[in-house]
Amino acid sequence: MIESSLSQMGAALRAKKISSVELTQLYLDRIAQLNPALNAYITLRPDASLAQAKAADARIAAGTADALTGIPFGQKDIFCAKDWLTTCGSKMLHNFVSPYDAHVISQFNNAGAVNLGKTNMDEFAMGSSNETSHYGIVKNPWDKARVPGGSSGGTASAIASRLCAAATGTDTGGSIRQPAALCGISGLKPTYGVVSRYGMIAFASSLDQAGPMGRSAEDLALMLNTMAGFDERDSTSLQRDKEDYARDLNKPLSGLRIGIPKEFFAEGLDTDVEHAVQAAIAEYQKLGATLVDISLPNTRLSIPVYYVLAPAEASSNLSRFDGVRYGYRAPEYTDLADMYEKSRAQGFGDEVKRRIMIGTYVLSHGYYDAYYLQAQKIRRLIAQDFVEAYKHCDVIMGPTSPSTAFKLGEKGDDPVQMYLSDIYTIAVNLAGLPGMSIPCGFGANNMPVGLQIIGNYFDEARMLNVAHQYQLATDWHTKLPNGI
Amino acid sequence: MTWEIVIGLEVHTQLSTNTKIFSGASTAFGSEPNTQADAVSLALPGVFPVLNKGAVERAIKFGLATGSYIAPHSVFARKNYFYPDLPKGYQISQMDLPVVGQGALTILVEPLSGNAKPYEKTVRITRAHLEEDAGKSVHGAAQGMTGVDLNRAGTPLLEIVSEPDMCSAAEAVSYAKALHTLVRWIGICDGNMQEGSFRCDVNVSVRKSGAPLGTRREIKNLNSFKFMQQAIDYEVQWQIDTLESGGKIQQATILFNPDTGETRAMRSKEDAHDYRYFPDPDLLPLEISPEWIEQVRATLPELPHTKQVRYVNELGLSAYDASMLTSSREMADFFETVLSAVPNDAKMCANWIMGEVNAQLNRDGLDMSQSPITAQQLGGILKRIADDTLSNSGAKDVFRTMWAEGGDADAIIEAKGLKQVSDSGAIEAIVDGVMAANAEKVAEYRSGKDKLFGFFVGAAMKASQGKANPAQLNEVLKQKLAG
Repeated sequence: MIESSLSQMGAALRAKKISSVELTQLYLDRIAQLNPALNAYITLRPDASLAQAKAADARIAAGTADALTGIPFGQKDIFCAKDWLTTCGSKMLHNFVSPYDAHVISQFNNAGAVNLGKTNMDEFAMGSSNETSHYGIVKNPWDKARVPGGSSGGTASAIASRLCAAATGTDTGGSIRQPAALCGISGLKPTYGVVSRYGMIAFASSLDQAGPMGRSAEDLALMLNTMAGFDERDSTSLQRDKEDYARDLNKPLSGLRIGIPKEFFAEGLDTDVEHAVQAAIAEYQKLGATLVDISLPNTRLSIPVYYVLAPAEASSNLSRFDGVRYGYRAPEYTDLADMYEKSRAQGFGDEVKRRIMIGTYVLSHGYYDAYYLQAQKIRRLIAQDFVEAYKHCDVIMGPTSPSTAFKLGEKGDDPVQMYLSDIYTIAVNLAGLPGMSIPCGFGANNMPVGLQIIGNYFDEARMLNVAHQYQLATDWHTKLPNGI
Repeated sequence: MTWEIVIGLEVHTQLSTNTKIFSGASTAFGSEPNTQADAVSLALPGVFPVLNKGAVERAIKFGLATGSYIAPHSVFARKNYFYPDLPKGYQISQMDLPVVGQGALTILVEPLSGNAKPYEKTVRITRAHLEEDAGKSVHGAAQGMTGVDLNRAGTPLLEIVSEPDMCSAAEAVSYAKALHTLVRWIGICDGNMQEGSFRCDVNVSVRKSGAPLGTRREIKNLNSFKFMQQAIDYEVQWQIDTLESGGKIQQATILFNPDTGETRAMRSKEDAHDYRYFPDPDLLPLEISPEWIEQVRATLPELPHTKQVRYVNELGLSAYDASMLTSSREMADFFETVLSAVPNDAKMCANWIMGEVNAQLNRDGLDMSQSPITAQQLGGILKRIADDTLSNSGAKDVFRTMWAEGGDADAIIEAKGLKQVSDSGAIEAIVDGVMAANAEKVAEYRSGKDKLFGFFVGAAMKASQGKANPAQLNEVLKQKLAG
């Protein structure tokens, strides 16, 4: 059952071949067995999950089940879920039980899905290795000495080890795609504004976007159907007609023009990753696609631009964590300023503090023009590169990450080395475009490699089609780590 | 040595929306602490601002009423600082691109003392921008503790900034009053100064005539016109004294203490925060279409200045009367309702409202909205003056009765027998009676003693128990005495 697609799982549930309670218990048992070694979940509430499963079974019995009714999903701990501890991977929110549901959570709840647990993540989604979580590092199921990627590392690890049917992630600079690549699963970051950010704890508001992570493109399409849609509680949510993201899954790829940016195959890319990605592109040619050489000249600036803009927004977004109304407050302090300083000094980890300091600096009087404004200008140039490229191609392909999963602790002392692991994903967030990663083989040490597919604005249905056709022709996405 | 005073105002007007500027929480005043603090007011993790269109419409109204530029594209920015009553750690405001740009307000300046006459002055408006209010710190809420009440957090404000165009406390107060009138007039703010709905920051500097602008100090948070005048007077004198004794003015934020009548520095420029303003990425830029502006314009009432011009040109009132009658929307509405009873007697309406009505209101310590006599009731009295039913003194009698006991003018006239005698037969009979009783005096009058005319008027009026129509009585007397 756990290798069934979401639509097969839904069909089995509706045909009463298995109950949601049984399926949920199956995953809870797997979690009890495998999670201690992986640390993919921060919070589990088996009773609450089983109660939801029971309600789903009643709904199935009543004949009012939806596509996802009764299916157990993991939810990244960045999403506020009513009555659930919602930590965002931080000590700062170690005691925050949300009084409300995020848009994404209520969409899953309305569909009758089961919330299996809150998945681990880098603190406030700041990290590319899941080593910054206050709740412990997450291990990559393909090699527990290696990172799962981040920030949605708990989600990626849980899916790769089949500790949920699928799960949610969020992506500010690559946090869905990079861990998907490193754990050998599929993940999609939609166009900015497609999924409401309401209830998703903000890191960098203009870049944050939630998306589905799962075992196949087909599963992602089904999840996105549930997650997407206009929500007036998020002013950046886009008012668009509802669409079926699975509608084009089975279209043939003949005539598809794939843009290959030369900048994505230059210095810094590991050869094992390059080989797997080139092989995938060759497979696409077999499927009828043609290749177009393109250039994205300004993407080389995306890391510096990102590390001005994202920390700037984060430094302000994280100001609300002050120990006054909820969350962590230092046990001892002398006065108000001391309470703020101690609570934040003790409640935030190093990477979060680093970014708050960078962000505060670039917004400071006298530096704003040179950093923040300049970065905004380059951001527009980066977006313009893609506009130009899409005049000549339908999708863009390249590696998701320059390397396969690295060793735990390997980049911990060097933040810039860590930041470089998002070099191919960040430009997509800066432009607001949709991007995804699907497994396309294995590199050295037998670690998974991800193929990145970047689409034009609102072209998610086509991207899912492109990914699905590849997954029909190959079986990389069905491979399992040893011991799973 | 003569000193010039330079004053500019920043006025925070609380907009009269039922809900907050970025959430659906209520803005009602005086509720139990934190009962109007929803997830957005509390700045829970994961919640975002959603702009209240009603607040934008009120800003547009203000822009239209002051002939200001209304920006088709404006931007909300974050002003970052830590304070317990600022739950997000930043205030959402507008910085580089405010919703309302340059405009102007023409005011009537009433000098505060002496015999100087009122004069008109145009004060330029620099900008007006939308922002959210902070909550309140409640000191001593519990033993040795400070409480935080977030009911007010997120209440919409329009901060109206003027150019430094005012040169005296009188001008500053007149401008503030005109603005206070205007925002209530167009219905964007309730103007309640005790509840903090209209708060003024006053920037004051002095300079020698013709010299460049001096260093300013900003008096924060004045919530009464009286305090504003006292604070400016004190501050101006303090600055002049400081400069004349060789001192220098340091830019500073200061507070006025109404008990001592003095100002004192709160923080100097050196303590100024770096607010790290940047565009709020949670909000889209505010786009205002010409169609939206026209929709709002259609809801705008006739403005005070337009009314004044109409009162002078069409109703023949003096500029002073017109200005007084448009000092508030209630006053103008009252006047126009009274006028509808006697459309050809605008001057009489004005005289009665500014005379009898105002005097009684002042005596009883009431304002227009609390008047025990409605405009319809007063119209009823004036109608009876206009149709000669009431003499002026009879009308005042009716007015006093109505003020004390209420009732309808005609009923009071009837009950008190105040109906004026205008029947010519009746008046002739009275005159005949008086002449018959004073035949001797009639002869004296006819022989040239004109002065006796007054005697006959008095006697005839007495005989009519004061009810005779005076004009008619005069006419009949003149004819009959002439013989």
